[in-house]
Amino acid sequence: MSDQSTYQRLAPSRGQKFTQRTLPFIILAAILLAIPMTGPSRTFYTIAHQMGINVVFALSYNMILGKGGLLSFGHAVYFGLGGYLAVHAMGWIEDEVGIWGSIPVFFLPVVGFVGGALAGALIGWPSTRKAGTTFAMISLGVAELIFAAAFMFDSFFGGEQGISGDRMNGIELFGLSMGPIAEVYWFIAFWMFVGILGMWAFTRTPLGKLSEATRDNAQRVQFIGYNPQRVRYMVFIFAGGFAGLAGGMAAVNYEIFTPDALSLIPSGLVLIMAYVGGITYFVGPIFGAILLTYMQSMLSDFTEAWLLYLGVLFIAIVMYAPRGIAGIVFGFIDGIRGSESGIYIKHWALNLLGILLMLIGLIILVEVSVRWSNGYGDIYEPFGMHLSHTNPLTWFLFLVASVAGIALSLFVKKQKEATA
Amino acid sequence: MSTYALSLSGLNKSFGPAQIINDVNLDIEKGERHAIIGPNGAGKSTLFNLISGLYTPTSGSVKLHGEEISGVPPHIINQKGLSRSFQVSNIFTNMTVRENVRCGVLNAMGQGYAWWRNIGSNKAVQERTFEILERCGLVDKAPLPASLLPYADQRALEIAITIAGGADVVLLDEPTAGMSHSETDRAVQLIRTATEGKTLIIVEHDMGVIFDLADRISVLVYGEIIATDTPQNIRGNEKVREAYLGDEALPEEVV
Repeated sequence: MSDQSTYQRLAPSRGQKFTQRTLPFIILAAILLAIPMTGPSRTFYTIAHQMGINVVFALSYNMILGKGGLLSFGHAVYFGLGGYLAVHAMGWIEDEVGIWGSIPVFFLPVVGFVGGALAGALIGWPSTRKAGTTFAMISLGVAELIFAAAFMFDSFFGGEQGISGDRMNGIELFGLSMGPIAEVYWFIAFWMFVGILGMWAFTRTPLGKLSEATRDNAQRVQFIGYNPQRVRYMVFIFAGGFAGLAGGMAAVNYEIFTPDALSLIPSGLVLIMAYVGGITYFVGPIFGAILLTYMQSMLSDFTEAWLLYLGVLFIAIVMYAPRGIAGIVFGFIDGIRGSESGIYIKHWALNLLGILLMLIGLIILVEVSVRWSNGYGDIYEPFGMHLSHTNPLTWFLFLVASVAGIALSLFVKKQKEATA
Repeated sequence: MSTYALSLSGLNKSFGPAQIINDVNLDIEKGERHAIIGPNGAGKSTLFNLISGLYTPTSGSVKLHGEEISGVPPHIINQKGLSRSFQVSNIFTNMTVRENVRCGVLNAMGQGYAWWRNIGSNKAVQERTFEILERCGLVDKAPLPASLLPYADQRALEIAITIAGGADVVLLDEPTAGMSHSETDRAVQLIRTATEGKTLIIVEHDMGVIFDLADRISVLVYGEIIATDTPQNIRGNEKVREAYLGDEALPEEVV
């Protein structure tokens, strides 16, 4: 073997590179191109746009949480500040202030990126000096501070009404007037793709790798010649920038930004998205953002207790699947490819059945309790059944489903231990 | 005095009332293999932490190639060409072995904090990474997460990261601690080849390793260097024998 091929032995082959790196992006592009051909409804577009924004937002959060080891309770600050700057820029485009008249609305996410990165550079300077609990507490303090400030500086934040704009101004790019929702789709799809590609590419740079190294062992990073504070600071600026990019997408999509966008609520939601999706995987937050956005918009139509289900999901993931949805998916793929795939699938299916039974028990309990507590005489009637809180059948079903589900899960656990 | 690779003079370190390092003076020549031995709690690791910048000395000076480095942050000291390993494996546990070594290579290859370059496309970085992996016998383990390595391989990785940057002064803190005989032999071989032409300062408990590797030995007891000499002379030194009696095996009994 020549010198070259020896070190290349360790690098992934051309084929691996294609299937692991290029192919996923081709599939993503294909999906994004195919979606409009199915003639989606307005509702679909609305949710899809929100998903696109949240995917970029959650990935930007995972740059610091999953890859950087920094737990932040205030990431929406950068989303919000980037978004606010973009909304203001939208106004400048409308009024043709200075050079803004010649900048298309399509590029507003870049403005958002700059805004988020600047905010990150400013706030990150003190906060990234320490990691761990100190960082988490500072992020919480900063989030509260900025949210409070939003009601003081009316000309920038617009008070409770926020700042609104009109995206149908300025130069049209790619023949998109940005008016109809189907045209905004291309805007969202484009920037989501750019955001995912950009953040993925970041993980492949020296700084991206140093970020992981700093997460694993900040002390050792010092002894390979790097300043961990500087690594954290630079990564934080990028994370702020991409959060601002998502903010810029949101600014164009909703044409309004209110102080709520930078409150603790979206900061908490993005944490849950990233965590539920799986912070150890790059794609994890994408799964999480899609699932949670779906739950937020669709589940809230079905039940008023959707936040309770979200909470249960979050706790269940933290306790039983700390690698998130991505961990479950990739674990499943490894399992069915493994040598004992038969047993694996059997256990997996039984486990799934157990979880479903427990879920049925939970749903009956929650839905019946909510209606009972409201006292409107509303009755939970799934599949034509009449499950009021006075009906013994209700409690019988709840008990049977819960007990059977728990028993099945324990049984699978024992079986796994026996075979392991 | 700029000819010395490393020069400690009047070095003191105290934590509150506890004086851990007491007036240590030591000059180490370029290319020398210097061992530091001493009973547990003598301050060997503290001395390493003072040299490598993890701690700031209470008083005294540390000079690297004649340049004062006490009070300088560790990453700057590392950039000036001093690298150290740790007694407890101090690696990047969630990254692969290859990524671990590659991180150690980055700075020396002038990659800085680059965020615009693809780490995989730099040939010099890949070649150097491979070379280090090969030297440390880790090529076959390259794609494994570092946390899954057996203990001896984690120690080898610890050394690999330490030498990856190509520093010319290398500090190894008990590199063979907890290893079996054959593993120790392999590690000594590795240390010998990896630090060829470099200045090596090593803390060890295994007297076999010390007498095998070192040109000179310093004996540290209660934060003070009681003797610095060649292995032969250290063996016959009365003060050293006293310090070791009842604590660990006498150096001469092991060899």
